[in-house]
Amino acid sequence: MSKKTIDKLLTFGMVIAAFIVCQVMIANGAMSRSLRGQLIPICVYIVMAVSLNLTVGISGELSLGHAGFMSVGAFSGVVMAMWLKNGLGVSNTLICLSAALVTGGLFAGIAGVLIGIPVLRLRGDYLAIVTLAFGEIIRNVMNCIYISIEGSSLHFGFVNPKLPGKLLVNGPAGATGVAKMSTFVMGFVLVMITLLVVLNLIDSRSGRAIMAIRDSRIAAESVGLNVTKYKMMAFVTSAVLAGMAGALYGLNFSTITASKFKFDTSILVLVFVVLGGIGNIRGSIIAATLLTVLPELLRAFSDYRMLVYAIVLILVMLATNNPTLRTFFSGLKPGKKSSAAKEGKQ
Amino acid sequence: MTLFLSYLINGISLGSVYAIIALGYTMVYGIAKMLNFAHGDVIMVGAYVSFCAIQYLNLPPWVSVILAMILCTALGVIIEGLAYKPLRQAPSLAVLITAIGMSYLLQNSALLIWGANPKSFPSVVNIGNISLLDGRLLITGVTIVTILANIVIMVALTLFTGRTKMGKAMRAVSEDKGAAELMGINVNTTISVTFAIGSALAAVAGVLLCSAYPTLMPTTGSMPGIKAFTAAVFGGIGSIPGAMIGGILLGIIEILGKAYISTELGDAFVFAVLIIVLLFRPSGLFGKNVREKV
Repeated sequence: MSKKTIDKLLTFGMVIAAFIVCQVMIANGAMSRSLRGQLIPICVYIVMAVSLNLTVGISGELSLGHAGFMSVGAFSGVVMAMWLKNGLGVSNTLICLSAALVTGGLFAGIAGVLIGIPVLRLRGDYLAIVTLAFGEIIRNVMNCIYISIEGSSLHFGFVNPKLPGKLLVNGPAGATGVAKMSTFVMGFVLVMITLLVVLNLIDSRSGRAIMAIRDSRIAAESVGLNVTKYKMMAFVTSAVLAGMAGALYGLNFSTITASKFKFDTSILVLVFVVLGGIGNIRGSIIAATLLTVLPELLRAFSDYRMLVYAIVLILVMLATNNPTLRTFFSGLKPGKKSSAAKEGKQ
Repeated sequence: MTLFLSYLINGISLGSVYAIIALGYTMVYGIAKMLNFAHGDVIMVGAYVSFCAIQYLNLPPWVSVILAMILCTALGVIIEGLAYKPLRQAPSLAVLITAIGMSYLLQNSALLIWGANPKSFPSVVNIGNISLLDGRLLITGVTIVTILANIVIMVALTLFTGRTKMGKAMRAVSEDKGAAELMGINVNTTISVTFAIGSALAAVAGVLLCSAYPTLMPTTGSMPGIKAFTAAVFGGIGSIPGAMIGGILLGIIEILGKAYISTELGDAFVFAVLIIVLLFRPSGLFGKNVREKV
């Protein structure tokens, strides 16, 4: 087996092992209630982090609006699930949930294509600010959407309309009365699907093309790679996965508002990606898990926890990126010396 | 027509605040090539300092503004020295995340010090309102002071970067850091001075913003910060007149959009205009188009 295959299997093994441990703990009642409530958000954030890593790490485009896709996925997924359940009378939760995930992914994918066309023409910081702008636009537009169910038909309205039937999505108040359908097993399945898609994409011909474009756009263009096509491929895949994660997230709560998916959420996911290591998928998974659980563990500090979080964030960035500090830390660990020296040479 | 004029004046006033904030963003970006996300929170700190000086120390408003400027300048220099200076050679994403961490740090410190309850900011401006066209058009004192402050700052900055030694050093560093260092310019000092000026401007902007919109919370600075950042990009990031024009245009677009199109979609409208502008001019209105060389 090649080193790459072992690496991939290790990532899958880690996730499966974590899932089994969690299931055993739930069965034995060894898991606290608050931690059990965190399981689905952890799965959601893992998918968000891995998909953002595809854009930021593999494709090399800094995106500050990833929560926008999550928002699109959450709302379209919730509407789909509720329509199937209340409008068409589908009682099987699994069918509703799967349909919600597919719809969430589909709509987020469409948003990804629409946003990708203008965004991917830009470079660097300009690209970052436009993704931020799109994230804010999506949040604003979501605040103005009204959807109601009447019998088996859906009604759509924009900015304070009068809609017949029962209101499902109510503008700024968001979607209310949502049935909590998300399950931990579904979260695990979604994480596995995400890993399968992302790891195989990275390891494919297209993945190598995407990374070549990241490393040198001009060189990649001159050997005949279609830059727009490959960039779009990474961007839209990332959007679809984020939309599916959003649908799972939306169906985990009884109410969901657009303000849950603001700029801060995009930044939160970006922090997972950067702390886990840019371009490192396994790192993203670990960082997303730890940093979702960490604020809960810091509950004892209550008021100080976000402060501690901020300080930890700054210190980690300083420790991993400052040359003086880095040589200091690598001096402490003799085994790491060679790798630090190698990095210094690059 | 008078309604339109009053919206326009409100827009210019709001835009002037954006412009003052955007100047801080654009100067720091031009020199340190980094997006200082904590800039929006320096605005909030400035407003709180001024608020405390007026409320608890009973100082006159203009003293409180100067106090806020001094403290924010110190804050800006300290932030730069502690968090950004060690990362001069680091990849830009690492610096960005550090700046975001700094922004969280400032917001949460403010939350601990001043609490989550919004404070009602007393206006620092005690000039009366002006009514024109037989009282149909009312211009508030805050609006006049904001627009005047904007003009004064613009002129002063243009003179500073064009005429003084430090200003020329700044331009040299933003052009080419290595070459500037070879010419004997102290790059670190220049960057610190840039942060100091940017933060002092942020304090002024904070006071003016809260005089016009008097709710003060730990998150007060973040949305205007993002919008000012948008304004800086809109005008071409790194360009001082660009930040000015970008800020004012953004303010006008926001107020007119909210008044004539939809209140809920006002912000969406601002960002949509930004995207359209960037599609046709990928480096902003006044940005230099840098050609990529192999």
